[in-house]
Amino acid sequence: MINWRSTWSIYTRELMRFLRTAFQSVLAPVLTTSLYFIVFGAAIGGRMPDLGGVEYGAFIIPGLLMLTLLGETTSNSSFGIYMPRFTGTIYELLSAPVGVAETLVGFVGAAMTKSLLLAAIILLTARLFVDYSIAHPLLAVLYIMLVAAAFSLFGFILGIWADNFEKLGIIPMLFLTPLTFLGGTFYSIDMLPEPWDTLALANPIVYLVTGLRWTFYGSSDVSIWISFGITLGFLACCVAIIAYIFKTGWRLRA
Amino acid sequence: MSEPILQIDGLSKVYPGGLRALDDVDLTINKGEIFALLGPNGAGKTTLIGAVCGLVRPTSGTICAFGRDLSENWRDARSRIGLVPQELSTDMFDPVRRAVSYSRGLFGLPPDQSRIEEILRRLSLWDKRDTKIMELSGGMKRRVLIAKALAHEPDLLFLDEPTAGVDVELRKGMWAIVDEMRARGVTIILTTHYIEEAELMADRVGIINRGKLLMVDDKQAMMARLGRTEAHIDLAEPLFELPPALSRFPVDLEQGGSSLCYRGGDGTGKGKADVAELTKALISSGINYTGIETRESSLEDIFVSLLGEETT
Repeated sequence: MINWRSTWSIYTRELMRFLRTAFQSVLAPVLTTSLYFIVFGAAIGGRMPDLGGVEYGAFIIPGLLMLTLLGETTSNSSFGIYMPRFTGTIYELLSAPVGVAETLVGFVGAAMTKSLLLAAIILLTARLFVDYSIAHPLLAVLYIMLVAAAFSLFGFILGIWADNFEKLGIIPMLFLTPLTFLGGTFYSIDMLPEPWDTLALANPIVYLVTGLRWTFYGSSDVSIWISFGITLGFLACCVAIIAYIFKTGWRLRA
Repeated sequence: MSEPILQIDGLSKVYPGGLRALDDVDLTINKGEIFALLGPNGAGKTTLIGAVCGLVRPTSGTICAFGRDLSENWRDARSRIGLVPQELSTDMFDPVRRAVSYSRGLFGLPPDQSRIEEILRRLSLWDKRDTKIMELSGGMKRRVLIAKALAHEPDLLFLDEPTAGVDVELRKGMWAIVDEMRARGVTIILTTHYIEEAELMADRVGIINRGKLLMVDDKQAMMARLGRTEAHIDLAEPLFELPPALSRFPVDLEQGGSSLCYRGGDGTGKGKADVAELTKALISSGINYTGIETRESSLEDIFVSLLGEETT
């Protein structure tokens, strides 16, 4: 049975860690989002046609949200578990009466909370630059939480796998950011010529961006159910890997 | 004192690469005792603690804590075990009180500020309760680690090198803390390099080297069994051979016959009585002496001699 007090302790501690760097955590996404909107929304967006009946500036909001969300959630979560390993404080977590459930609910719950806060900040910032409305707000929140959960689990795995700071940064830098840029953040994959539009479907981030875009505007390049299915599948894979890590103690217990 | 709180049977740990850190270790710890685990660096002390506390996966063997198999009953067991690690590992940005409260919550106990206050006061940390751990001295940081380990009121406490790197005064303070915990009925297992520490505090002592437990015994019994008295008697006139009156004593002539050396006894005072008899025998044989120096062998001597035997 899950020990909720332990879970709450992990959750609040992780949030405290986020609040400790609140200035940076809030300012960075506000600044980045503002820059994207100035460059792509105001400077270039004015010359772009509407995409699927959505003004270009509004079209890129879900993609920008996903760009920040994936990067921040993954790095927050990976640092959350890597730093205790690096400093040795993980002994306390490993010697406590907590299992995989308490650890994951604590870490992932905190990562999801942070992601929702970040999403709210980004959406408020975007509002300063462009008018938009969200067609399915509840589904949007649910989808953001789902993606945050999946990528905080992914970050958790990354933080356990990494044995130095370089490895910790290499996956987000070499894979996550490029795939998000190529995942339809700034364009619709319909705009790509053959064979790139077909090849783009091999990029899993496409489904995340288009899924979130559907919750915003009610239409997207890919069916919302495929997006949900892929996100849930990725989340399930991450849970299975973490359960295996806890069972075997890989990189956690000597 | 005889009820086992921890029972380890045939515990082995072989690390990837082949290093055998623990080799078929059997150990029983009784409720309420202070057990000192002595051994040189790399002997397997921390691995043994890690295996009980869930930091190390044993290769083979069983561990029973509080009468139940640890592998099946790990949640309950861990909630009753505290660990003070050797390294000063804690979130350095946290203030003291928050760090200790976190430990209590992590172990599943409800918040209890009065209990936290009591622990902090007991460890002389109350005045530093809102200070970030990174701003504390090394000794204070170690106290914080003890406070964190005590936050969930454990029945069994592991102290891995609790006085490593702390000055004499703080070390004595730490001994007082351990004494107090013993008085509260906490069973304590401590590892140490300082033999003096084990000699002073432990009820029983285990000596470990290269993953093997060489000896586990009651401290007094160990000293009685392996302890020795050594006496050096400076003679007024050198002797060329031992007179027959001294043949019943384990004595040798040293320094060209100008010193008589007694090595014997059993650590229970027999040696001292022997030396008194020896001096009488010297006087009755007309042998004058100018000085006597006696020394009881310490746990350290026993430790060094055991390790020496093991190496050869």
